[in-house]
Amino acid sequence: MGGYGDVQMIDENGLRMDGRKPGDVRPITIETGVVPVADGSCRMVWGTNEAIVAVYGPMEAHPRKIQKQDRAVIDVAYNMAPFSTTDRIRPGFNRRSREISKVTQDALESVVLLELYPRSKIRVSIEIISAEAGTRCVGLTAASVALADAGIPMTDLVVSVASGKVNDVVVCDLNKEEDNYGEADLPMGILPNTGELVFLQMDGDLSPEEFKQAWDYNVEAALQVHKLMVEALKGGAKQ
Amino acid sequence: MNSRPVGQFDNMSNESNADGPQDSRRSLIVVPGEDLGSSEGIEAGHGVLVVGDRVKSTKQGRMNRKGNTISVSPLHTRYMPRPGDLVIGHIEGCTNNIWFVDIGAPFNSILPMSLGPAKVEFGGTRKVLDIGDSILCRVQEVEETHQSVVTMKGMGLRKIRSGALDELDPHLLGHLIGKGGSFLRAMKMETDCRIVVTDNGRLWIDGDLENILEVRKRIEKISSEAMIAGVGA
Repeated sequence: MGGYGDVQMIDENGLRMDGRKPGDVRPITIETGVVPVADGSCRMVWGTNEAIVAVYGPMEAHPRKIQKQDRAVIDVAYNMAPFSTTDRIRPGFNRRSREISKVTQDALESVVLLELYPRSKIRVSIEIISAEAGTRCVGLTAASVALADAGIPMTDLVVSVASGKVNDVVVCDLNKEEDNYGEADLPMGILPNTGELVFLQMDGDLSPEEFKQAWDYNVEAALQVHKLMVEALKGGAKQ
Repeated sequence: MNSRPVGQFDNMSNESNADGPQDSRRSLIVVPGEDLGSSEGIEAGHGVLVVGDRVKSTKQGRMNRKGNTISVSPLHTRYMPRPGDLVIGHIEGCTNNIWFVDIGAPFNSILPMSLGPAKVEFGGTRKVLDIGDSILCRVQEVEETHQSVVTMKGMGLRKIRSGALDELDPHLLGHLIGKGGSFLRAMKMETDCRIVVTDNGRLWIDGDLENILEVRKRIEKISSEAMIAGVGA
């Protein structure tokens, strides 16, 4: 949230810098089974974001102290490749990646039927290859596709989309400039079949009306993305 | 009961440009959270969940309906041990009186000294089965927590010393074995190999190198074809 109010990111026709309308989502490509050695995997290209997610397990949880006697644990590791942005990222975990791993884990724990695999672990590795804006949403969405691809029982898929405010206009699926210089950002994780919310963060200020608008944009976009996820999972069966 | 065919849902793809008969097979593949119809008079089988008055899929796979039971045959599965299963395990560790065996399940199995292949002195477990060895064993007991105990007391249960090991998804074993074991018998005859197919999807193949390679090629073919909709059942 740079808050550079003089940067014009919406033109007089109401179009954004990349030609999208306020409610439009960037182009998305989803592919499953991209990591042959993994139990399940997904490659998701969302605009210029690209994430590869691999899922391993359920397997024995090590070290033993992390085991839960009545359910499995999900071990999420979100990582941005050093070359994923124009400024090189120092390899390894940092505060931001730990936070995103934690919120992604919490969101996934609410859909995976963990009680079926007591004392075991499901490992989810999210690698961001190219980052523009909204990588946590791409990572979470791709992780839920990879979990489904691995045959892990889940009550629903998780779709994550972010909306925000730019030049006092609420827009859906922020790009890099809108994310950096916009006034607010509202990423959400939604279960498309039930409409339940499993993940919500907000950065910046939104009025109740703007919040409602951003919420509606996210729900609408989530349903669109969910269709693509379903197509990818069904198409992944090479029919 | 809802009279609508269970395989046709509002949220499924019904594009007219799909390739003929493949479209009808496509509609049988379901994804987690997908609505499979009303739960009235329906029994939930494997891979489905009753939520309120609706039946929902919990796995990506092919939907089956037998009588009033709806189930989903997953496209990918992990082996879940059951008592009596014949399995191939790899020794992953040992203590003075127990071996830890990886049988491809979510949790390692244990092989107690008393159920081992030979009489072992306390502390001499590694002399009989060392880490990295492969064994043909049988699941004796499975606890609620998925912890299982395997045994090597039984006919044909032994340490594997020759041949090659291969793997196949457990739910595809039926396609390898065939009705009444016909496919497997034919493969054994054609390739002149000894083949042991175990319930955890691991196979032991012994014979001439060319023949082993031929068997592995056929298994790979089954595995790759399995991704085609309708074969995973």
